[in-house]
Amino acid sequence: MSTEPVDRQEYNITAYTENQVGLLNRIAIIFSRRKINIESLNVSPSEIEGIHRFNIVIVETEEVVEKLAKQIEKQVEVLKVYYNTNADVIWQEMALYKVPTDVIAEKVLVERLLRENGARAVVIRKDYTVFETTGHREETDSLIKALQPYGLIEFVRSARIAIIKASDGFHHKLKDFERREPSEEVAENEFLNDREQVFTM
Amino acid sequence: MFQNLPSALLAASPAVPVLAPATGAVATLQALVAEGVDTIFGYPGGAIIPIYDVLYDFKEQLNHVLVRHEQGGIHAAQGYARSSGRVGVVLATSGPGATNLVTGLADALIDSTPLVCITGQVFAHLLGTDAFQETDIINITTPVTKWNYQVTNAEEIPEALAKAFYIARSGRPGPVLVDITKNAQIQTFDAPEYQPCHHIRSYRPAPVVRPEYIEQAAALINNAQRPFILWGQGVVLGSAEQEFREFVEHSGIPAAWTILGVGALPTGHPLNVGMLGMHGNYGPNVLTNECDVLIAIGMRFDDRVTGRLDKYAKQAQVIHLDIDPTEIDKNVKATVPVWGDCKETLPLLTALVEPRQHTAWLARFNDHTEQEVNAVIREELFPTTEELTMGEIMQQLNEITQGEAIIVSDVGQHQMIACRYAQLNHSRSNITSGGLGTMGFALPAAIGAKLGAPDRTVVAVIGDGGFQMTIQELGTIMQTGVDVKIMIFNNQFLGMVRQWQELFHQRRYSFVDIQSPDFVAVAAGYRIAGQRVDARADLRPALERMLAHPGSFLLEVMVTKENNIFPMVPQGCSVAEIRLR
Ligand SMILES: Cc1ncc(C[n+]2csc(CCOP(=O)(O)OP(=O)(O)O)c2C)c(N)n1
Repeated sequence: MSTEPVDRQEYNITAYTENQVGLLNRIAIIFSRRKINIESLNVSPSEIEGIHRFNIVIVETEEVVEKLAKQIEKQVEVLKVYYNTNADVIWQEMALYKVPTDVIAEKVLVERLLRENGARAVVIRKDYTVFETTGHREETDSLIKALQPYGLIEFVRSARIAIIKASDGFHHKLKDFERREPSEEVAENEFLNDREQVFTM
Repeated sequence: MFQNLPSALLAASPAVPVLAPATGAVATLQALVAEGVDTIFGYPGGAIIPIYDVLYDFKEQLNHVLVRHEQGGIHAAQGYARSSGRVGVVLATSGPGATNLVTGLADALIDSTPLVCITGQVFAHLLGTDAFQETDIINITTPVTKWNYQVTNAEEIPEALAKAFYIARSGRPGPVLVDITKNAQIQTFDAPEYQPCHHIRSYRPAPVVRPEYIEQAAALINNAQRPFILWGQGVVLGSAEQEFREFVEHSGIPAAWTILGVGALPTGHPLNVGMLGMHGNYGPNVLTNECDVLIAIGMRFDDRVTGRLDKYAKQAQVIHLDIDPTEIDKNVKATVPVWGDCKETLPLLTALVEPRQHTAWLARFNDHTEQEVNAVIREELFPTTEELTMGEIMQQLNEITQGEAIIVSDVGQHQMIACRYAQLNHSRSNITSGGLGTMGFALPAAIGAKLGAPDRTVVAVIGDGGFQMTIQELGTIMQTGVDVKIMIFNNQFLGMVRQWQELFHQRRYSFVDIQSPDFVAVAAGYRIAGQRVDARADLRPALERMLAHPGSFLLEVMVTKENNIFPMVPQGCSVAEIRLR
C-alpha cells in the first residue's frame, strides 16, 4: 500500500478520565472514525481514586496525534490528555510464555535461558511451565525466539503501560482544577454496581 | 473520592436537600420544569408511556407537541433551539423511536445546537436480551452526541438530567441523549429537590482566555493592510452580536459570513461583504486569497467554506477565535489562536485594536460585488426571462418582510438562494441545516422556530424534493395550529444534484427528475390554506396573501426547471477559482 510518511512514529497517548460506562467506546471511535489503528490500549485505575488512565499507542505524525489528543480531551468525562514519543516515556509490556515442562526440563539450560532473557518462571506444572518477561517489544520477542524450538504452546503479550518521564503526576493538576472550579462530589454510575437490585425490579 | 480536597471546599457543600417521594417519570418532568422548559417535541411508545402518563398532569407547565415522526420532532426541537437560544427537548420511545432521532442528532452535533433528547428504554433486566423494541441507542448515538447516558435507576434521574442540560447548553453547545429504562420511570424513590448542574469535574466548557494571544492578535490587526473577518455561528451561540458589531465597526474591517453566522451583523451593514464558501459571494471568496490577516471568529473552516485547503489563504496570517480548542489548527493553521468564548475575547480585542477605515480595501469588495451583480445577481433577482427564478421570490419576499422574518431553509439550490439573498436584520433569523445538509429539515424546523419565537414571522423555503421527506409534519401544523409560511420552490428536479450532473457529469440526469403531488391539495387535506403560482404577475399578490393570512399557508411557486446557482467554487478548487458562470 502507500508508503509511510517519514515523520510517523509511535506515540503514547495518556488520558485521565472518569470511570464511566461507555467512555472506552467514545474514545475508541475517535480513532476508528479516522481509520487509525490502535496498536495498543490499556485502561487501569490511576493513583487517584475514581480516575482511570488510558494508555494508547498509535503510529502517526505529531500533527495527527495532537488533533486526536484534543478530540479525546474534548469528551465530557475526560480530564486531561498527554501525548509523548517513546523517548519521553518509560514503558513496559509484559509477556507470558507457556512451554511443555518435560522438553524444557530435558533440553534447556533453564537457568541460563531465564538469566539471558530476564525471565522468571511463574508456574511450573508437570505438563507445562509458564515464563514471564517484561520489557520493550524486542526484549519480550527475544524469549519467543529462544523458546520456539522447544514447542512454545502459547504466547501472550499485554498492552503497553507507560509513565511520562517529565510529568509530576496528575494528582497535582487535578487539585489545581478543583481549586479553580470546585465540583460537588459526583458519584458516577454508582447504581450499576448494585446490578442485582436494579435488575430484579 | 478525592481525599486531599481543601477543607474550605468541603464546607461549601450544599445544605441537605428536601426529599419527597416521586416516581422516576415525575422526577423527569420536574427536572424539565426546573430547567425552564416550556415546550417538548415528542412521540409516545411503550417504553416511554410512564413519562407520557405523567405528562398528562403536567399539561399546564409543559406544552407537548405531538409530531408525526421522531425525525420531525428533533428537527422541530432544533428549530426551537435556534430561534430561541434555549435548549430544545425531545421525547421518544425506545427502538425505532430512538433510532429515528439519529439524523437530527448528527445535524445538531455538527451545527452545535443544544438539545436534550430523552428516550425510553426497555426494563433494565431486559437490557441486552434483544427485547421488544430494544436497541442499543447509547452506542448508536455515541458518535452523534456531545454526551449521552443510560439511566437504570430512578435515583439517577435528577442528576443525569441536570448534567444533560448543563452539557447541552454550555461551552460549544450540542445534543445530548438520556436513555431511561422503563423500570426507572416507574420506580418510586425519595427525590431530592432539583439541583441544577453548574460544574462537572472533567468538563471544561470554555478554555481559559490567554491575554498574550489577545495582544498578539491585536498587534497583527494593527499592522494589517488588508485584514478580513470571517464569522460563523459562534458569534450567535455566544450571544456576542453586540460585541462583534463593535469590533467590526471599531476596526473598520470588512466581514463575511458562513451560512450559520448570517444575521449576527445585519445583511445590509456597510461592512458586511457577503457570504463565504461554495455558493458564496465572489468578493469574499476571491479576496480570501488576497488578505494579509484573516480573522476567523466562531467558525470552523468547513470544507464548503475553504474549498481546496492547500490553496486557502496561504498568504495570510490567521487569527482564530473559538471556544472549542479542537477547532484551532484543525483545518487551517492559526498564527494566533484566541481560545475562549468570543463574548469575552472580542471586547478584549476591540480594546487593543486601533480604530481604522479600510476604504480602498473595502472598495475592492464592492468592485467584486458589482461584477457579481452584472454577471449573476441582477438576472437572478430581476429576471428578463419568462420563467420565475428562485432569486426573484426571495427579492419580493425581502421587499415585503423588510428583513424582519425568520427564514428556515431546507437543503438544495433553494437553500443557497435563500441564504444568499435573504435580507436579515436580526440574529437567529436564518435557520438551516448547515453542516449535515439534511433534506427534510425545514418543515419541522420551521414549526419549532415559530414556537421558539412566537412573535416573529417564520417563512420556510423548501424544495419539492426535501418537502416530501418530512411532508407528514403538515399534520403537526394542523393539530397545533402553529403559524408557519411554507414556500415550495418547485423546479421539478432534485435541483442541486441536477446542477452537479449538468456541470460535472455531462448532463447525465440520473434519477433527479422528481414528480410531486398537488401540494396545495395535500395542504388542503390537512386544512392548511395554500396557493400555487406559476406566473410572475401572481407572485407578489400571493406572497402578500400568504403573509397576511392568519395561520399557516402553503405557497408553491413553479420556477425555472434548469437554473444553476452561481457563483460556485467547484469541489476541489481554490476559493479564488470561484466561477461566476
Ligand atoms: C437526506 C438527504 N438525502 C440526499 C441529499 C442529497 N441532496 C442534496 S441537495 C439535493 C436535491 C434537493 O432537491 P430539492 O429538495 O428539490 O431542492 P432544489 O435543489 O431543487 O432546490 C439532494 C438530493 C441530502 N442533502 N439529504
